[in-house]
Amino acid sequence: MSQVFPRKANSWSRASLIAIAFLVLGLGWLVLTLQRSDFVTSANEFVEQPVQFSHQHHAGGIGIECRYCHTSVEVSPSAGIPPTKTCLNCHSQIWNTSAYLEPVRASFREDKPLTWVRVHDLPDFVYFNHSIHVANGVGCETCHGRVDRMPLVIQKQSLQMEWCLDCHRDPSRYVRPLDQITQMGYVPAEPQNVLGPKLVKEYRIADVEHLTSCSVCHR
Amino acid sequence: MSHRLDTDSTQMGELDTTRRGQAIDLKAVRSKLRENVPQVWRSLDEVSDTAEFKKYLHREFPSNASEWLDPVGRRSFLKLMSASMALAGVTACTVQPQELIVPYVRQPEEEIPGKPLYFATAITQGGAATGLLVESHEGRPTKIEGNPDHPASRGATDLFAQGSVLTLYDPDRSQTILQLGDVRPWNAAIAAIRGGLSAQSASKGAGLRILTETVASPTLAAQIQQVLVTYPEAKWIQWEPVNRDNARAGARTALGRYVEPLYDLTRADVILSLDADFLSSDGALNLYYMRQFATRRRVEENADNLNRLYVVESDYTPTGGRADNRLPLKSSQIEAFSRAVAAGVGASGVSGTAPSEAAAFASAVAKDLSEHKGRAVVIAGDSQPPAVHAIAHAINAAIGAPVSYVPTAEIVPSEQNAALRELVADINASKVQMLVIVGESNPVYSAPADLKFEDAIKRVGLVVHSGLFFDETATYSHWHIPAAHYLEAWSDARTIDGTVSIVQPLIQPLYGGKSPHEVIATMTDRPERNGYDVVREYWQSAAAAFGRSGETGSSTRQAAPTRSAQPVSPKPGSEGTAGEGGFEKSWRKWLHDGVIAGSAPQAGAAAATVAPDVATRVAQAGAPIEGIEINFRRDPTIYDGRYANNGWLQELPKPMSKLTWDTAAHIAPKTAEDHDLENGDLITIEHEGRTIEAPVFVMPGHAKDSVTITVGYGRSRAGRLGTDTGYNAYELRGSTAPFFGAAKILKTGEEYDLAVTQEHWAIEGRNLIRSATLEEFKKNPAFVKEMEHAKEGKRISLYPDKEYRGQQWGMSIDMNACTGCMACVIACVAENNIPVVGKVQVKTNREMHWLRIDRYFAGNPESPDAYMQPLPCQQCENAPCEVVCPVAATTHSAEGLNDMVYNRCVGTRYCSNNCPWKVRRFNFLLYQDWNTPTFKLQRNPDVTVRSRGVMEKCTYCVQRINAARIQAKREDTPQQPRLIRDGEVVTACQAVCPAEAIVFGDINDPNSRVAKLKASPRNYTMLEDLNTRPRTTYLAAVKNQNPDPALHNNPMVGHHGSTTHEASEGGGH
Repeated sequence: MSQVFPRKANSWSRASLIAIAFLVLGLGWLVLTLQRSDFVTSANEFVEQPVQFSHQHHAGGIGIECRYCHTSVEVSPSAGIPPTKTCLNCHSQIWNTSAYLEPVRASFREDKPLTWVRVHDLPDFVYFNHSIHVANGVGCETCHGRVDRMPLVIQKQSLQMEWCLDCHRDPSRYVRPLDQITQMGYVPAEPQNVLGPKLVKEYRIADVEHLTSCSVCHR
Repeated sequence: MSHRLDTDSTQMGELDTTRRGQAIDLKAVRSKLRENVPQVWRSLDEVSDTAEFKKYLHREFPSNASEWLDPVGRRSFLKLMSASMALAGVTACTVQPQELIVPYVRQPEEEIPGKPLYFATAITQGGAATGLLVESHEGRPTKIEGNPDHPASRGATDLFAQGSVLTLYDPDRSQTILQLGDVRPWNAAIAAIRGGLSAQSASKGAGLRILTETVASPTLAAQIQQVLVTYPEAKWIQWEPVNRDNARAGARTALGRYVEPLYDLTRADVILSLDADFLSSDGALNLYYMRQFATRRRVEENADNLNRLYVVESDYTPTGGRADNRLPLKSSQIEAFSRAVAAGVGASGVSGTAPSEAAAFASAVAKDLSEHKGRAVVIAGDSQPPAVHAIAHAINAAIGAPVSYVPTAEIVPSEQNAALRELVADINASKVQMLVIVGESNPVYSAPADLKFEDAIKRVGLVVHSGLFFDETATYSHWHIPAAHYLEAWSDARTIDGTVSIVQPLIQPLYGGKSPHEVIATMTDRPERNGYDVVREYWQSAAAAFGRSGETGSSTRQAAPTRSAQPVSPKPGSEGTAGEGGFEKSWRKWLHDGVIAGSAPQAGAAAATVAPDVATRVAQAGAPIEGIEINFRRDPTIYDGRYANNGWLQELPKPMSKLTWDTAAHIAPKTAEDHDLENGDLITIEHEGRTIEAPVFVMPGHAKDSVTITVGYGRSRAGRLGTDTGYNAYELRGSTAPFFGAAKILKTGEEYDLAVTQEHWAIEGRNLIRSATLEEFKKNPAFVKEMEHAKEGKRISLYPDKEYRGQQWGMSIDMNACTGCMACVIACVAENNIPVVGKVQVKTNREMHWLRIDRYFAGNPESPDAYMQPLPCQQCENAPCEVVCPVAATTHSAEGLNDMVYNRCVGTRYCSNNCPWKVRRFNFLLYQDWNTPTFKLQRNPDVTVRSRGVMEKCTYCVQRINAARIQAKREDTPQQPRLIRDGEVVTACQAVCPAEAIVFGDINDPNSRVAKLKASPRNYTMLEDLNTRPRTTYLAAVKNQNPDPALHNNPMVGHHGSTTHEASEGGGH
């Protein structure tokens, strides 16, 4: 009986061992990359809203402060989505006949709330609190990106746990002065690696062990 | 009798094959207990070491708990599982479902999304109000707390108030107005009532009757009295199945009129309870007395502060559990006992001799009472006949007891059973054409059996019923109007000392219910008025009459947790009109405070003196019952049956028996022996010619030849949970002897499965409970240290000690204050979204309560001492659960908590296996109701709702810690460092506790309350020899027994060196 495998099969088998190792590693890399990809995290995805509200126009163009609408950001876990009444503070005077704004007027007229689609959606077992982040120098932009340049709001960050922990492990890399919280396009006045630790001390931000305790976010 | 909706009942038999493994041998039990082995025990099963108890002890869950016994069968289960395994990988790929945000159109002032608001209101039960603060998340009431400013609450609530929020959202509540089963509009109901009334106008209402619960609402009483002015021949009957007739009649006999005795237990060194469960179920003043009583059980500052409680009772109640000296005595003999005590203290010529077995006790009590003149009180129970109440009043007068007499909380006190009997007689005499029934008294189900109310009500031409449920009475009514829950309606309510609270709604009626004010308003000349207008108008005229409108307006309440209290959507136009600015201010303040300041009558308004001829008034002595005596009592968890459809309350173990989902006939071990009965045997009880069947529960410490059964079960129309659950004791109960009477019992030979949790999560033979007499405590305050097993210095650990620089949490539980009332358990359920599992699952140890109260007996089984030990997660420093978790789902936080991370948990249950306290709970099935929309409204949004396959346990209410920490951190600056202040975090169990037995706080702060309590000599750690260093520690019990040897005191427990303890050490279990 002749040989089933030719001589070069030896080289093939050696090569294939290496290839398998690469394949496994590659698969691992693929899974991890996929897991972090926008496809899974829904980052950078446009979401259809009942009214195509433009932050670019309102926040960037006109320069309305974030807290004019998101009133509870400093006191509550939720930053707050403005009631219809807030829209009509201006739009009862300007653009008050625009067909574009009819859903808003209809909401006010019929006392039926507008229904927005949530863009930044954390899992239900995560308890994020806006007020403490704002009080400790985390700017709006740090998590939400350049909202003033967004015609429609999109999620800019992955909102995955590793992203949260990135800051919770060392907040000094991200904190900013309290008067710059709502500032878009903020540039630190002195290098962040000098300013950051100073601010962390000033804000009396808890140490890593506190910030990474499970029950800080999961209850 | 079917079990409940939970799957089929066949699996019960399979699961429970060992129930009859070994009968209890009472002789062996007695001889073991005589040798004081074991010192404390949970049940007679434990003492006799039956196979059943061992099953509970050695396995965390009973032997079949992990088996698949559903009707689906193993084969089809495997098929389904293989399919789901194949798809399991795919489930991880699902993206989160799209979530919507629905903001307000006009955001109400004060409403901040994400922050709860608290509104003051009140719950009325048994004819008296308890003030509440209700937590509201964006308009959804989720959690009930007590109102610290309310005299009957002082921040605490009972378990019914806690459970009532679930009834609000009960999907089985009646939802439509029905006329003989047809859905009708509200104006049709009004027209029907007006029609019925116009037929009555000629006879001035001679055929009209209004039947309500005990009314503590001044407005409602005024409304009804207004109807009675229009129809002077009509009658108003107040009736509840478990009423206070005896107390009222007793007061009338002794004092000449209906007044409420209000005892000042803070000034009482000696208390005698004559069958009065005043700490748990008697009357409506339990919270008030529990707080007062607990202040006299603290011995840290002054050991002589300790009071002495004598309890003479038939069943073993939580009050009996707190007794220093307790005597089990048949209810019918207590009158003779009280006469002997009265004779002993020389009360107004009352004489009598105690039953022979109680003579020594009676003379010892009389002697003690006489020696403490001015500092002793006698309290008679509502189940005792009027004579006992009158005698108690006479004794109190003779010993100068610290008691004041105040007007009753109900606006028009009456003797209710007599009124109901008269109503039935009138109906049978065809005098009644129209009957309006308002409230939850449900007479068709609960009226005394001899009155045959069910037959009588059929003879009435027009019956209008308004209640929360389409219940038994509704089925016999021509019209049924769904009632508004107290959290949905405007009202007002008076409490013990006369203080009135305005009841304000937290939410619009979910099912279009009408409040009693609105139903009664249909009978007045303005039939379509809403409850808000009625209540407000009443108080407007009352304020004008009493000149109270000058009070200052509201200011923001400082103390947590109240942030704001504003009236809920008053109808526009009904306020702010000219000339009532002053009233508006007062009104808002009343709503904000939850009490109308100054509404209590002045001291001495009802000053009453005991009639000098009281002895002749009670000369006719009640005859003691020969043979077996039957006692009827209110159910500890479902009240008189009105909470039968409330899953939280059904599943809450009864304080003493730890029975869930059922009632049982409690009998003494001796009676069980005489009749050859054991737990779960069905007996036939015959009383006044009526018979029912009921399962037996052997209750150590119950009076001999006596049976106690609670009413409220066996409902035929309660809803999905309550219908056909348990046995109906109302079928036995008559109107002449509503609380006790002669009976016969007969063993049927059949068995019934009782879901009793008392042996669940048992810990073998360890030194768990520690107690000392007052003398021992005075001699050696640090007695608990001597009961310690190993030397303190030998405690070594493989893990390095952790240093806590900031704050770290701890809890102290005072076993001298705890009465085991179970309010903390249900508060925990409400706060932490804990699911109801059902009777079948409770049978297999799968109840999910994070906090349990272990009830231990000690001493003689005929009259043992009881010890109550609330057991939440101990939050160990060297936690055995943490090291065994393969996925780090339970880890140590920087503030010392054992965090439980649900989203990491894969359900290995190793942690639970390794927990010496057995406080971890596993979601074996999908227990949480994820479908019923109304239940979703109730959930606490700050706590994760757990799914199947996840371990859970007490978190020390970490959501409350986090809320406080965030508040503190926001105010924390380098100039003014700010930590969480002591008292800023109040756990749910601590907040509700009427006895203030649970204290939580920062143990790093030496000035915190908890740190001070932990420094007390009474402080001890459970299972300290394991060196897990729990953060929850206990304060040992100190009993102030009367040392008189004739009283046969039980020995104290916890002394080191008991044989079981050693044996179990050697056994290496």
